Amino acid sequence: MGERKGRGWSLGLAGLLTPVTIWLGLFFLVPLLFILAYSFGTSGIYGEMTLGFNPGNYLRVFDPLYLEIVGRTLVIALTNTLLCLLLGYPLAYFIAFKGGRWKNILILLVMIPFWTSLLLRAYAWVVILSGNGIANRTLQFLGITDEPLLLIFTPQAVTMGMVYSYLPFMILPLYAALEKFDVRLKEAAQDLGASRWHTFWRVTFPLSMPGVIAGSILVFIPSAGEFVIPNLLGGARTVLVGNLIQAQFLQARDWAFGSALAVMLAALLVGAIMFYVRKVGAEKLEGV
Amino acid sequence: MQRDTRISRGRFLKVMGAAGVAGSTLSILACQPNTNPQQGGGGGGGPEEKKLNLYNWADYVAKSTVPGFEKETGIQVTQDFYSTNEDLLSKLRAGGTGYDVIVPSDYMVEIMIKSDILLPLDRSKIPNFKNIGENFRGLPYDPNNEYSVPYQWGTTGILYNKKELGQLEDSWEPMWSPEFEGKIGMLNDERETPGAALYKLGYSVNATDDEQLAEAEAELKKQKPLLRGYFDSTQNRPLVQNGDLLLGHVFSGDAFLVMSGNEDLDYIIPKPGATRWTDNMCIPKGAEHPDNAHKFINYILDAKVGAALTNYTYYNTPNDASLPMIDGALKKLPGYTLEPEVFDRLQVIEDVGEATRKYSRLFTEVKSS
Amino acid sequence: MGESKGGPVYKGKVTDRALLLFAALIYVFLYAPILVLVFFSFNSTRSTQVWTGFSLEWYGELIRDQSILDAFRISMIVGVTATAIATVIGTFTALALTRHRFRGKTFADSAIYAATVMPEIVVGVSLLVFFVAIQFTLGITTIIIAHVAFTISFVTIVVRARLSGMDRSIEEAAQDLGANPIETFLRVTLPLILPGVMAGALLAFTLSLDDFVITFFVAGVGSSTLPLKIYSMIKFGVSPVINALSTVVLVATMVLIFGGSSIFMRKEKA
Repeated sequence: MGERKGRGWSLGLAGLLTPVTIWLGLFFLVPLLFILAYSFGTSGIYGEMTLGFNPGNYLRVFDPLYLEIVGRTLVIALTNTLLCLLLGYPLAYFIAFKGGRWKNILILLVMIPFWTSLLLRAYAWVVILSGNGIANRTLQFLGITDEPLLLIFTPQAVTMGMVYSYLPFMILPLYAALEKFDVRLKEAAQDLGASRWHTFWRVTFPLSMPGVIAGSILVFIPSAGEFVIPNLLGGARTVLVGNLIQAQFLQARDWAFGSALAVMLAALLVGAIMFYVRKVGAEKLEGV
Repeated sequence: MQRDTRISRGRFLKVMGAAGVAGSTLSILACQPNTNPQQGGGGGGGPEEKKLNLYNWADYVAKSTVPGFEKETGIQVTQDFYSTNEDLLSKLRAGGTGYDVIVPSDYMVEIMIKSDILLPLDRSKIPNFKNIGENFRGLPYDPNNEYSVPYQWGTTGILYNKKELGQLEDSWEPMWSPEFEGKIGMLNDERETPGAALYKLGYSVNATDDEQLAEAEAELKKQKPLLRGYFDSTQNRPLVQNGDLLLGHVFSGDAFLVMSGNEDLDYIIPKPGATRWTDNMCIPKGAEHPDNAHKFINYILDAKVGAALTNYTYYNTPNDASLPMIDGALKKLPGYTLEPEVFDRLQVIEDVGEATRKYSRLFTEVKSS
Repeated sequence: MGESKGGPVYKGKVTDRALLLFAALIYVFLYAPILVLVFFSFNSTRSTQVWTGFSLEWYGELIRDQSILDAFRISMIVGVTATAIATVIGTFTALALTRHRFRGKTFADSAIYAATVMPEIVVGVSLLVFFVAIQFTLGITTIIIAHVAFTISFVTIVVRARLSGMDRSIEEAAQDLGANPIETFLRVTLPLILPGVMAGALLAFTLSLDDFVITFFVAGVGSSTLPLKIYSMIKFGVSPVINALSTVVLVATMVLIFGGSSIFMRKEKA
């Protein structure tokens, strides 16, 4: 199979890559260059940008307050990724293997709630988790608690909200990877005497790694930039990097510093991803 | 059989064809007619199109406002929306033009004037300006109303559960009271909440002195463990209604909305100081229809239109001529009609220049603590 | 954990039931706020969180409010167009990155990941500055362009998950039988990767529908999408009209899906 794989540039490859190169080149890389330029500039009080070479913005990032925020954000993003994996994998597995002809509908049903505004769904969670809300009433009805628990506007609510927001980002790639799985491989393993768990852990899971990797990336990276959920479900008591960057661009009108923060964040995350991918084995991502 | 990965002529042509199509599509997309809005602003030279681009908060006009204007003048209005003053400023500064009327808040008007992005108003085209009450003319951010005309105003105070707490004194102390731990909500606003601490300490809401700011920061850090959180005003409102909060830091209109028909709630404007804010109509530079913009501003200042606006938004009107037509029930709500001595202790949030970043960092520190 | 439960068949049933229960719980988790949302569309006052009574007034208002319907229409146009373009481009990119090794590949990989890392405000502001600099009029087109730009990477990553480790023997067989690359792609590869492509498209569409920050900065006059209107309502309170709209869209979508599939399945049976 190796000979089929393209080595070096060919026109077929170029053809495939042209659209993305033009699009991302123009509409992503060029704006990215603007931001890089800004990050070395200086922002006046009213937002006027003076370009130049000012590394001061990057030095400011190393303020303990900001470093703490970045650290906290990474921990939360990592936790979120793990939780989404734990909750999302069984569902993706279920749809891929037990879904039968309902597969497509089941996957669509996962996504449909996300076609309504996040704002509305966050407000709904406030209603569900408030003192008099369904959650508390059910707990009291079942006799598990006597008094309303503080459920909403807590760090736990933020965690739940993040999982809620990002679950589809994990489920979709996992499903895409699992669905191509040849059931005969499983049957073969079981014919040879492996238990169900063994089959899963030694056969299914490793073959789904591309999906796991893709899902992890798609959850981890955007989670690190999240700024809405901590405000809506956490009472704004946690400041994440996303909030910080927003504040620089909007309230502080310090686009230079905001840009520097964004660039640092991007470098950090992309670096982490490249390291992760290399460690887990880049071949898993290739069609070798 | 080894497949040659280099391209055969047929394949080459097909791929180039596809690339060509993609390329030309993109070039067509890129060649938009150059309607450089900078040229459109403020000149004579031909009548304007009968259009108006209004950039405002959603739901900040009554149902009848825009249709009424369209009917009266035949000018077609397009409405677009922004969600915060800062968003508005960022968009305008980054070059997003095409809007004729914008509705920034007081301190933002000041910032915009200093950033030179507003068109001076031609007061001869706004005869209804005479309806504006004395208290609302020449406010600190625009002392001669050269660039702005007031639209709606209000105060920022405390909405609380009178049934549970009884009638409270006009003070900021309850928001710092350990008795109400976990049942207090403050605003997620980096001027209003540090402002509340500054008011409580007896300072100006526009303080720039480092010592005063440090004291305010300490107050806020003391307060944080007692809070349920920092919310939008529109979130504090249902939380107090529902009983999740006993006290909420809110804008007046939100308080009035939930108090009408609900005797259990009350609204106070604390001593020694509280904010009075004003939203204003302005015309950005580069507006394509400045003449129509003036017409719209004048229309809003009409007595009936102003009354309809306030009766819908539940905020206060700066328009004296509209006062007789405001809903009686609204006027009677606590904190709506203000006595002069209450008025006197209200402060206006102004731009603090360099210190803006101090406030931003202060609030980030507090929220992170 | 061997065969002590009494044999693989029995254990299979238990695991199957557990899986089913788990899946059901996840769906309940996903839909719980949706039910609340629908509930409040029938509220008798302008609150999306405090129930005061039953009323259909918001549905009435939905029909009368032109600006919401316009915003919805624009969101749909942007969503469908951007998704179509991003899916095509993203799939091509995934194919290129998965099946070829070339110089600059690491750069390409990083660029794809970097595109998902950039905070929205940064992308939004820089795109606006860029469009203004090249004097490209803001409008629906700029929104579509921006949406494609930020969703391509997501599509690429999802499709790659599908492509990796995929058995190429069928494709090779087709080529051995004389099919040219385009035919092979359309008749063999595409059907095989379709679930991945569809998943990527679904993700792109979902991302586009609720985007606020980027859209805010690149939208032109008269091109307000639904999120622009909704997030702007935070200052005075989101009106239950939005709940009403969401309910209508939800019901319509469900009818389409279940109605469509039952027709489809009946055809299959016959």
